[in-house]
Amino acid sequence: MSTTPDPVWSNRAIKWFDRRLPLFTMMHKELIVYPTPRNINYWWNFGSLAGVALVIMILTGIFLAMFYTPHEDMAFASIERIMREVNYGWLIRFLHMNGASMFFAVVYIHILRGMYYGSYKAPRELLWIIGVVIYILMMAAAFLGYVLPWGQMSFWAATVITSLVTPLPFGETIAIWLWGGYSVDNDTLKRFFSLHYLVPFLIFAFVFLHLWALHTTKSNNPLGVEIKKPADTLPFHPYFTVKDSVTLGAFLFLLCYFVFFAPNYFNHSINYVMADPLVTPEHIVPEWYFLPFYAILRAIPDKLMGVVLMFAAILVWAALPWLDTSKVRSGRFRPTFRIFFWIFVADAVLLTYLGAMPAEGIYVTLGQFATAWYFIHFLVVLPILGKVEKTEPVPESISAAVSAEHQKEASA
Amino acid sequence: MSGLKGIIGAAAVAVGLVAGAPAALAAGGGHGPELKHQSWTFDGLFGRYSEKQLRRGWEVYEGICKSCHTLDYMHYRNLEQIGYTEDEVKEIAARFEVQDGPDEWGDMFMRPATPLDGFAEPYENDAIAMLANGGVVPPNLSVITRARDHGADYVYNLLLGYEDEVPEWATEADPTFSLAPGKSFNTFFPGYAISMPQQLFEGILEYSDGTEATPEQMAKDVSAFLQWAAEPELEERKGLGRMVLLFLIVLTGVLFAYKRELWKDAH
Repeated sequence: MSTTPDPVWSNRAIKWFDRRLPLFTMMHKELIVYPTPRNINYWWNFGSLAGVALVIMILTGIFLAMFYTPHEDMAFASIERIMREVNYGWLIRFLHMNGASMFFAVVYIHILRGMYYGSYKAPRELLWIIGVVIYILMMAAAFLGYVLPWGQMSFWAATVITSLVTPLPFGETIAIWLWGGYSVDNDTLKRFFSLHYLVPFLIFAFVFLHLWALHTTKSNNPLGVEIKKPADTLPFHPYFTVKDSVTLGAFLFLLCYFVFFAPNYFNHSINYVMADPLVTPEHIVPEWYFLPFYAILRAIPDKLMGVVLMFAAILVWAALPWLDTSKVRSGRFRPTFRIFFWIFVADAVLLTYLGAMPAEGIYVTLGQFATAWYFIHFLVVLPILGKVEKTEPVPESISAAVSAEHQKEASA
Repeated sequence: MSGLKGIIGAAAVAVGLVAGAPAALAAGGGHGPELKHQSWTFDGLFGRYSEKQLRRGWEVYEGICKSCHTLDYMHYRNLEQIGYTEDEVKEIAARFEVQDGPDEWGDMFMRPATPLDGFAEPYENDAIAMLANGGVVPPNLSVITRARDHGADYVYNLLLGYEDEVPEWATEADPTFSLAPGKSFNTFFPGYAISMPQQLFEGILEYSDGTEATPEQMAKDVSAFLQWAAEPELEERKGLGRMVLLFLIVLTGVLFAYKRELWKDAH
């Protein structure tokens, strides 16, 4: 593992530079020889996809900002100008719009993979918590960005979400401070634009910390067994650079399908109606990636409790390394956990559906049950399950398991 | 490999969701007849606009819609994209008056529009527009197919969805329903009571290309025109998209083959 010697550079310029700042040695260590568990499956590719999505968002965003006007009377028109007059403006904007949805899709899979294979367990607790911070920052960036086109849903989403602070102590004062006035208006739009440009760079910084922590603890793997000898690993390049490229191609295909053939698929049509503070849309619905949390918010009749539970639903992830008491890391050797994991996934899908439905009748009741189960899963099931579950035998090492599988295949 | 299969399965589900989405078309309140999906030249992977149809649609817009509805964010020069020559666009633009100025005396003045001008506004301001239209501002039409679910299909059905009397199914669904004075009943308008009276009648317009201007024909042509107004980039977008997707399929295939070769002995 750390047995690989530092490279000796033959190029004199590189040698000179590297002696003073070991950038090339670092790249060699972290991108070329970096030992990666040989048995990680394709679900491990979603981390690099999320990184690519972030880069796409930042690059397209920089160009959009060159043409966008953060003003209540001009924002909507400036986006129409981007779509109609700016060279390939429609392409850059549709990449940014659909890129956000794809970014969340990829990150949700990345998170669920971590949950299934126990990637949050010691010694990866900090790696996991940094990931939760990245997710929260992503939510902030997505919400702020959704307001910028200044359509009807932009305006009313901003109104609903910022109003969430009002049940808190001094809530009214906080809301006025957030808005920069007595309601969502021009000053709110301007500060949202400023912050929308800032947050992605904070995400970038936390992604750096995420990778630093990752390269310290190394990747988890489907077996959940730590790397024990060099035979357990393969160098990152070319094995995983090439493997990541395969899913990158598929990811870009899906993104481009939406961008070129269904660019407004994830959008609400009413957001192409300019913001009007006097007309409230019939249904105020957030983007699909916020729906589960929106469902939790609306499931609780008490506004303050609703807000608290909505935030708790995300913050509870940060406690996951201590809530899951099982000694066995990977879900592969935890048959009962596996059942509960898929129930949890179904619960999250149900919450997503309920978030899109009107808050009335059966939807409210279902929302309350789904919310209750969401928290029961983390706060009751996982702590107890770890103590009582009968787990299957865990292989002694990655390479032992891999060669056992090969023998099985050969004899079959 | 089970991971890869799962991911492909998930992607298939996602694409299936997209494909299935237009299947459910609901009408204004969900009680009346269903929204009828039209076959449009611009649908699908190889969708294109029909310039002839768009020009007929422009004739409908100029003859009927323009007296109340704006086409914000658009310019007369854009009409060259639907097959009008430079001179024809100049001629079309000159039929409209736009405000300019101030001149050297400090006065604003009216002049014929040029191709570089934005489309002329029918009303000087929203207050006048509301006064002339029973208290509502006729919506800008340049983004209307993006701003309504079902886009061009919605516009088409709406234009033909008028009823002289409140139909039975509406009063059955809501016995208290009554039409306020100045409103018309439209099957496909949310809440059914629409401020715009029926516009498309037999014989209201003659097409310059000799096509018979039935209400259905006019509705179809103007809906296609408004689709173009909302998505003028559509042909370029789909054309580029086909190349990009083809490239990505090949690239991903090559990378996958290379990956298998590279990993052959590494598993």
